[in-house]
Amino acid sequence: MTEISKEQIKYIAHLARLNFTEEVEAFAKDLGDIIDFAGQLNELDTEDIEETTHVLDMTNVLREDVVHDALDREQALKNAPAQQDGQVKVPKVIGD
Amino acid sequence: MVLFDESYKALQDRLHSKDLSVTELIDEVYENIEKIDGSIHAFLTLNEEVAHEQARALDAESGQAHKALFGLPVGVKDNIVTKGLKTTAASQILANFEPLYDATVVERIQDQQGIVIGKLNMDEFAMGSSNENSSFYTTRNPWDLNRVPGGSSGGSAAAVAARMVPFSLGSDTGGSIRQPAAFCGVVGMKPTYGRVSRSGLIAFASSLDQIGPLTTTVENNAHLLQAICGVDPQDSTSAAIDVPDFTKALTGEVRGLRIAVPKEYLDEGISEGVSLAVKKAIAQLESLGAFVEEVSLPHSKYAVATYYLLASSEASANLARFDGVRYGMRIEADNLVDMYKQTRSEGFGAEVKRRIMLGTFMLSSGYHDAYYQKAQKVRTLIKRDFEKIFENFDVVIGPTTHTTAFKLREKIDNPLAMYANDILTIPVNLAGLPAISVPCGLAEGLPVGLQIIGKPFDEATVYRTAHAYEQTVNFKLAPSLEGVNA
Repeated sequence: MTEISKEQIKYIAHLARLNFTEEVEAFAKDLGDIIDFAGQLNELDTEDIEETTHVLDMTNVLREDVVHDALDREQALKNAPAQQDGQVKVPKVIGD
Repeated sequence: MVLFDESYKALQDRLHSKDLSVTELIDEVYENIEKIDGSIHAFLTLNEEVAHEQARALDAESGQAHKALFGLPVGVKDNIVTKGLKTTAASQILANFEPLYDATVVERIQDQQGIVIGKLNMDEFAMGSSNENSSFYTTRNPWDLNRVPGGSSGGSAAAVAARMVPFSLGSDTGGSIRQPAAFCGVVGMKPTYGRVSRSGLIAFASSLDQIGPLTTTVENNAHLLQAICGVDPQDSTSAAIDVPDFTKALTGEVRGLRIAVPKEYLDEGISEGVSLAVKKAIAQLESLGAFVEEVSLPHSKYAVATYYLLASSEASANLARFDGVRYGMRIEADNLVDMYKQTRSEGFGAEVKRRIMLGTFMLSSGYHDAYYQKAQKVRTLIKRDFEKIFENFDVVIGPTTHTTAFKLREKIDNPLAMYANDILTIPVNLAGLPAISVPCGLAEGLPVGLQIIGKPFDEATVYRTAHAYEQTVNFKLAPSLEGVNA
């Protein structure tokens, strides 16, 4: 029975930029259950098996480094909740 | 009343001959939606003004050759961006979001003179199997309003099943087109990964997501897929592979077709009604000259765990962009990190947060190798199971789901039980294969879906098989819409 500690949940919530609320704390049980369930994968020997990161046989699809049409500044700012002087405005960054 | 039971050809014949104008058709579509969507709740946003403008423009055109989707009404799942038309992914965090561009599939529909009718309801960010995770409202199954339509493309399936539109687009990451298609008695196709551009699809799990059509007939389905697929420079994961004419595959001929039926897909977990309908369908194909043999896909039981680890991890990365900075909901705070946290905590629903937490945990240092990397290796084993079978067979067939549509709220309190719903559809996404769900009868009055899985990029054989079966049984399944205000 995997138990996720309160400290672990707090840490993960911070990484995920989510508030550590009662709801999030309650996820500890669900997470524990899902991790237990996922433990069944350890029944399999995958020592010499490669990972599948991509199902198709393709790598590094590139294009010519040529400028295309792009959004202009006005369009790019259209959905910004707060803006100033042609830039997106956000609250100040503090601490680390 | 145009009920959209006929082939798109019959509808277009009427439009081409001007027996019916595009404007009249679009008027009827919206009148019908107004009458019945109050009970079904399939649509989130309607595109009435623009649709009517486009209809008028098509009617005014004369003498020009009509393109493939001329005048055809299409519903679009709300995780596919439409320029100037609200797109929410059924989430509060995008509740008022108006995209600045059209997804490639939408551009292609418009290039072919199709008309986008509106945006369809879904589970939030495509995370769910019942449409109960929409942050707006739950879509109902047109066959029984107390049951779910399935998910996450529940709105797409319900709108077509209720004959509000003849075509819709959904997306499928672990079964989100096929499962609702099965629950609602319509045809739903998930193409091979890379067949259809993902540019403009709000990403859930980038190595698994695909857009695909939902329709009442296989022929209509092939027609719409034809119009939207093909390599796209905007999507570097789209395959630079030729697109055959899928409609040419609809020969009705399956003599000599080699069908594999995995024993793991017809085990005790399947309900009796589903098992009976599926076995009958397989026997039907045999009587048409196909060869059927039982096989094994030994790693099937690991698919759900593999999927949830990988999909949640990819989702945690893909949903990091919803931070209140450049678009969407923002909850102001006196510092940036708190702004991120408040915005995301209020903007995302519970299931979305749960999966983000799970994915973040899986990718965090100390756990990444044990979980995420392990799952990627198991993914290889699952993919290889199929490759082995396809050395000697043309298609793999089984039920799409374990049961028919369940009741509202029946599974909502148990995430693992909800996840187990996708056990038959998930392996297909992990392996990147094409697969269709086609109606194969009723069990206690509710639709049952037959799933046909093909080799990579062999949608033609999948369509051929589905079409031959469909034409033979000629079910013409449609809900009675009793209890819907009509």
